[in-house]
Amino acid sequence: MTFSRRSFLAGSSALALSSAPIIGRAQGSDKILFASILDLSGGLDIYGTAMADATSLAIDDINAAGGLLGQEVELKMYDAQSTIQFYTQYATQAAAGDRAATVHGGITSASREAIRPTLARFRTMYFYNTQYEGGVCDFNNFCTGSTPAQTVAKVVPYAMNKWGKKAYIIAADYNYGQIIAQWVDRFVRENGGETVAIEFFPLDVTNFGPTINKIQQAKPDLVFSGLVGGAHVSFYRQYAAAGMNAEIPIASTTFGIGNEHKLISAEEGNGLLAAYSYFEGVQNAENAAFLARMDAKFGANRATMNELSVRSYEGAMLWAEAVKLAGSIDHAEVSAALKSGLTFNGPSGPITIDPQTNHAIQNVVLGELQDQEFNIVESYEAQPPSDTQLVCDLNADPTLSTFYFENGLAAAGID
Amino acid sequence: MDLVAAIGLQLAYVIANLALISLGLAIIFGMMRVINLAHGEFLMLGGYTVVVATNAGVNIWVAMLIVAPLVVGIIGVIVERLLIRWLYGRMVDTLLATWGLSLLLVGLVTSIFGASTATTVAPPLGAIRIGSYSASGYELFLILITLVLLVLVWLTLRFTKLGLLARGTMQNAQMASSLGVSTSRIYMITFGLGAAVSGLAGALLAPMTGVLPTIGATYIAKAFITVISGGSAILAGTATGSVLLGGLNGIFTFIAGSTFGEIALLLAAILLLRLMPRGITGRFFRKSL
Repeated sequence: MTFSRRSFLAGSSALALSSAPIIGRAQGSDKILFASILDLSGGLDIYGTAMADATSLAIDDINAAGGLLGQEVELKMYDAQSTIQFYTQYATQAAAGDRAATVHGGITSASREAIRPTLARFRTMYFYNTQYEGGVCDFNNFCTGSTPAQTVAKVVPYAMNKWGKKAYIIAADYNYGQIIAQWVDRFVRENGGETVAIEFFPLDVTNFGPTINKIQQAKPDLVFSGLVGGAHVSFYRQYAAAGMNAEIPIASTTFGIGNEHKLISAEEGNGLLAAYSYFEGVQNAENAAFLARMDAKFGANRATMNELSVRSYEGAMLWAEAVKLAGSIDHAEVSAALKSGLTFNGPSGPITIDPQTNHAIQNVVLGELQDQEFNIVESYEAQPPSDTQLVCDLNADPTLSTFYFENGLAAAGID
Repeated sequence: MDLVAAIGLQLAYVIANLALISLGLAIIFGMMRVINLAHGEFLMLGGYTVVVATNAGVNIWVAMLIVAPLVVGIIGVIVERLLIRWLYGRMVDTLLATWGLSLLLVGLVTSIFGASTATTVAPPLGAIRIGSYSASGYELFLILITLVLLVLVWLTLRFTKLGLLARGTMQNAQMASSLGVSTSRIYMITFGLGAAVSGLAGALLAPMTGVLPTIGATYIAKAFITVISGGSAILAGTATGSVLLGGLNGIFTFIAGSTFGEIALLLAAILLLRLMPRGITGRFFRKSL
């Protein structure tokens, strides 16, 4: 027999057809599959590894309590290696190949936007457990992290009252940084202040000298930083090395979620302000128990917990509670359970899904950095995602799957 | 006036920074024609050596200036003996082998120290004032030490027997060998020196940037661009390449921000290599080192 293109195509399509039932059978296994896609290597692993640790503790806790629907939950962990293309590949694998009941993960907004459409197409429920710039409006995507109206809107007025009205904004040069800079600018103006400059930095920049000069030239009262990733930590070191940390203080929308405060010395970081939904210093019984279990599982040298890692835990637990309430892993039923006002009491406090936006209503804490620890100076309870609520109404149209802030706030009709 | 001085200092620092991260690569790639994709990891290892040494109680200056180049130099010699010496003259193979080495080193360091390392090595010099501006005294020190390093490498290559043997071996290994030079040893020593210079550079930068297993990736592209733009004369090439590319990067960063600074650097390198495919020293300073 000669091997022609036609016979090859016929043969391979027969193979594709015959393999379909094999995939179908996988669904009938006795375990519920929970997929996680995070960056466990490459530049973003400073965020991803702690998130993965917390996720695995959540799966342990779920199984220790008897699993879900009488079945064990199996965690399938994918390492996207700080590369967007792996996110797309693994999301397809998790949804179409593994038939996972849910996919949790994504760190940067770029990675979320890479996998969100894929998971929506496969109707695989997606949890994005990272603080971000807001604006996702997706029937399939539950965004449990905090958004600017919850955190940035708190830290901006607090910092301006403390230090003054003239702000200088520096941020990472991709969608998160560009959009968060617009939010900071908006909140600065709303509080009667003025933004003297906004500057963006590619993620691999390690030399911030020229910017430090520009900040000295502009003489702002404070600097707002939305810098992201390991290379950008250089900014805080160089800022301190030039003696600037004693002159112009910094507030940040990102500092601390990669445990940056443990990477730089106490003197370099003292006084910095940031607001998130969680610091380790949050006082409640759930948090104490959570930290004790983290210690037991990962030892005393475990990563410091922050919003990203704690929310990865809480996101998984919230999903599990919804499955229990629904009595099924069916997409529509779990979704309805999540939107029913179901509350999970986690280490950060109670967390509930807002049915209008699929975002979380959550507690927020404002911290001041002192000796490599964030001391909580203000707490705000049950904050709604009022930024995303401006543009998103899934009650009116439950089929939406868009990202409204993709082209900035002005394009979304805000401002 | 103060502003001009402050900006001038920054420009000098950007240029010195580029020269510092490129010099080790200039020796290994420019001179030995080994495409060393693990160059960034040699820098990273220098940084980790400083962190480990200072945590063990070693004085930071000793850790940076002596321990780091020594440790990374020895690692370089081991790498040369085990890996590189089988691949001389096979450029594409060195590329693959050193890429693998780079992944291995990142993996090793991550598994030993974790994804992010607490680095308490603050810059050992305080801030200096220029009128109403302040700058890091450590940056000034880095500019000076880069100059010293360039001069030292030049003196070694120009006036020592080792330098002469190394240059002769790189130009014509067969001829050097038939004149009684142990070329294998010269290759090993030169590679070790290149690694030591990289280790020193990584150590010096550690207090400014911190250390992460993946920090090498932020340096590697710029180092290659600088060395290739500089051309065949390794010292004159690295120096002129750094001045041109670093200068443009610095100026555009001031005018339009970091993103445009990076674009200017890359665009300048592309144009330069289109007009002068053999680099700056392929056309100018051809007789220099």
